[in-house]
Order: sequence, then C-alpha cells, then structure tokens
Amino acid sequence: MSRQIIVPFGPQHPVLPEPIHLDLVLEDEKVIEAIPSIGYVHRGFEKLVEKRDFNNYVYLAERTCGICSFMHGMTYCQGIEQVMNIEVPERALFLRTIWSEYSRLHSHLLWLGLTADAFGFENLFMGAWKTRERILDVFEQTTGGRVIQGSCKVGGVRRDISREKLAEMSHDLGVVQDEIEDLTNVLLMDSSIKHRLKNVGILSKNDAYHLGAVGPTGRGSGVDIDIRKTGYAAYGKLKFEPVTEAGGDSYARCAVRAREMFAAVDLIRQAIEKIPEGPIDVKVTGMPNGEYFSRCEQPRGELVHYVKGNGTKFLVRSRIRTPTLTNIPPLVKMLQGCELADVPVIIMSIDPCIGCAER
Amino acid sequence: MIEEQEIMPVDLGKLIGQVEEFRNQGYRLVQIGCTKVGDTFEINYSFEKDYKFRNLRVTVAPDTEIPSISGMYWGAFIYENEMHDLFGLQVKGMSVDFKGNLIRTTVKYPFGMPATVSKEEKP
Repeated sequence: MSRQIIVPFGPQHPVLPEPIHLDLVLEDEKVIEAIPSIGYVHRGFEKLVEKRDFNNYVYLAERTCGICSFMHGMTYCQGIEQVMNIEVPERALFLRTIWSEYSRLHSHLLWLGLTADAFGFENLFMGAWKTRERILDVFEQTTGGRVIQGSCKVGGVRRDISREKLAEMSHDLGVVQDEIEDLTNVLLMDSSIKHRLKNVGILSKNDAYHLGAVGPTGRGSGVDIDIRKTGYAAYGKLKFEPVTEAGGDSYARCAVRAREMFAAVDLIRQAIEKIPEGPIDVKVTGMPNGEYFSRCEQPRGELVHYVKGNGTKFLVRSRIRTPTLTNIPPLVKMLQGCELADVPVIIMSIDPCIGCAER
Repeated sequence: MIEEQEIMPVDLGKLIGQVEEFRNQGYRLVQIGCTKVGDTFEINYSFEKDYKFRNLRVTVAPDTEIPSISGMYWGAFIYENEMHDLFGLQVKGMSVDFKGNLIRTTVKYPFGMPATVSKEEKP
C-alpha cells in the first residue's frame, strides 16, 4: 500500500466560486476519501423568520440564492399559501412557471460558463455567459431585477407581463435556442471535453437514490425524480418528461443540464401559449397557522421550504433544504477513487451553490 | 395542484425501526429538519417514493440523545451534524461526525435559543 497523504482542497480555489473545503486523502494521485467541510459563510437567516412578518420574509427567502432567487421566493410563498388555504390565480401560476424556467436557463448557462472555465475552455465560457445576458435582460424587463426579482408574493405575483411582451419573449427564445444549440454541441461533442468528463466521477443509480442525489446530479445517474411532476405552479398543465441519462459520470450530468435547457425553452413556450387572462394576485387576510413542506425543482434539484406558523405574523420556523446540501454526500461518493486532477471537474459537475447551502 | 403530505408522530425508541421500514420499502431520505417548539424540539424525517411524501416526527427534550439514521441512509450525516451545530442536539453514531465543526457559528447552538435583534449604534 502506498503512503497516504491529505491534500486540502479549498475553501479558496480557482474553480470554486464559493467556499467549500475538502480534505482529500490520497494514495499517489488517487483519491481514497474526501471529507467535506462547509459553514464558512453560513448566514443563519432562517432564524430571522421569528422577527420578520411572514409577508416580508419573501424578500429574505429570495436572497437565499443569487441565481435561482425567484424559485426560493416562490417555494416559500407556496408553503404559506397552502397553510393559509389561499387559491392563487391561474395567471400568476403561469407567470411563476415562466420565471422559474428562465431561472433554470440562467442557472444552467452560468454553470456551463463556470464549468468551461474549470477545464480551460474560455471561448465556451464567454459564449455561455453572453447568452445568459439575454435571459437576465428578460428578467430586468419583466420584473425590474436581473438577479433578485422581487416579483413573487404570498397570494400571487407583483407584476404582470403584457401580451405583446410575451409574444416578443416567445420570438426571442428562438435566438436563445439557436445559441444554446451551438454551445451544447461544443460541450457534448468536443473530444477534449469528452476526455475530461467521460467515466469521471461515476455515481451509480443505486447510490444516487439512496444517498439523496437530486436534480441533474441524480438524473445523470438515471434517477428520474423531478418535482415538477407533482404539478406545482402551472406544471400540471404543461407537457414534459424529466431529462435523464444513464451514464452516471460527469459527462452524463452535463448532458442532462444541456438537454434541460431545451426543455426549459419548450416549457416557456407552452406556458406563453396557454397563459390565461385574469388577475395576478388575491388579497391575503389572516395569519398562517399550520405547517407545510413546500417543494420545487430548482436548477440544481429538489428544494424544500418547510414553514410552520402559530397564528401570529411571525412564523415559528422556516427550514430551507437546498439541493446542494443533499448533493454533498453523493459528491463524496463520486470523489472516491478518482484522480486528483479530476476533482475540480467532478465538483463542478454537481453545480454546487454554497450560497444556497449556507442560507 | 396540492401535494398530499403525511406526518406520523413516533416515539424516539421506535424511530430506527420505522426508518428501517422506509428504507426496506425503497423510500429515499429527503431531509431531516428540526424546529424548536417551546422547551422541546420537533425533528422531522422526510421520505419520498414515487412522489409520495411522508414524514416521521419525533419530539424530544433538549438533553435527549438521538440515534443516528446514517447507518441506513449514509447521507443523513449532513443533516444530523447540522442539527447538532445549530440546535445543540446530541446525535449518536453518525457516519461522519464533524464534532461541532460542520457549521461555524459565532455563538454556540444559535437556533436553540430565542431570536434577538441587536441594533448597532450609528457612528
């Protein structure tokens, strides 16, 4: 047996946009074990729910993440609406769906750029972020915010999108789709990228399921769980199937995200076509008294917002279980047996969002 | 569309047996979360299979030692360490025990105490 050494990886590393630390136990260049450590930027703002009005807490919930902020706000609102038996107007549900899928495009394009940068493909990085700008422009035009939208509220949404703007968005999606096609062709066809991703960081279907892998991390191993199938927001009225790949390696996880971008474009188009006319919110009266586990399918996987109220304007508990937190044990499994040089790419293949995990 | 959810209260002594049953039936662990309710802690163990969402709930006093379920669901260590670091609950037998170092907090067990708001004086 070779001599074992421990190489610290992170919390500051060129491939990591946010801090996570791994103690990598190595034998020569092979990783025998990876011991994760987080908590460098833990904010603890779940606790603030005890001192903030449940309506105002939406703003905090949104700030859990700077990428899928809208989906955090929406999932929190869904929880409160369920506790208070609020029936949200259908138009608001469709608008929530449209913004959610734009969030997915934003997130996957951001990830694509960061991953390309991780394996030194600067051109792909810049191309992905250029297309991402188009998505952020739509957010700015329809909600007023590029990163934090603030458009979701308990009982509906704050802003409507005009029919003309929806038609324009539908048309512009053609340009976005063409650009994504060019980008994903490079990601999935280029031989040097394949060489870096194929058979690297393998996670079996059984491990993915029992270790709690969610989102593209699980679906890349053939686990076809997608919370959108529960039919929240307007997903119950749209046609789609979860994107899965059977490979279980880094390439498969990347392929899932690539194909999900096309699925997102399709879902937005369907939602634009089917969105009904009508009000976008209802008046909220009373205080939340009860509990609910509100779930949604974030770009990184299943998100859970547990809310519990006691009939006052302050909630007893807001517990946010983010997809990255639950994808850490599968990551540890993927790293076992890999080469040291592959560690950065494997980490990027789960698209970690430490900001979310350190809510 | 509203998702049906089930919350099943269980005694702490029967927790491991119930979790084992879920594991044998092919449920995946979704999350473990803790809520401070008065002087007790409510711990929710959430599971799902075929989009059926079910929860086990144990209610414990602050000094109670809780058995780890990471023997059955290895990934549970992340939630159990979190529960320890934020609420101060003792979990016995975790597959990976960070010994209070998973989440670095300025005060010990911040979620186990009432929320306070301090206003800084303006210069």
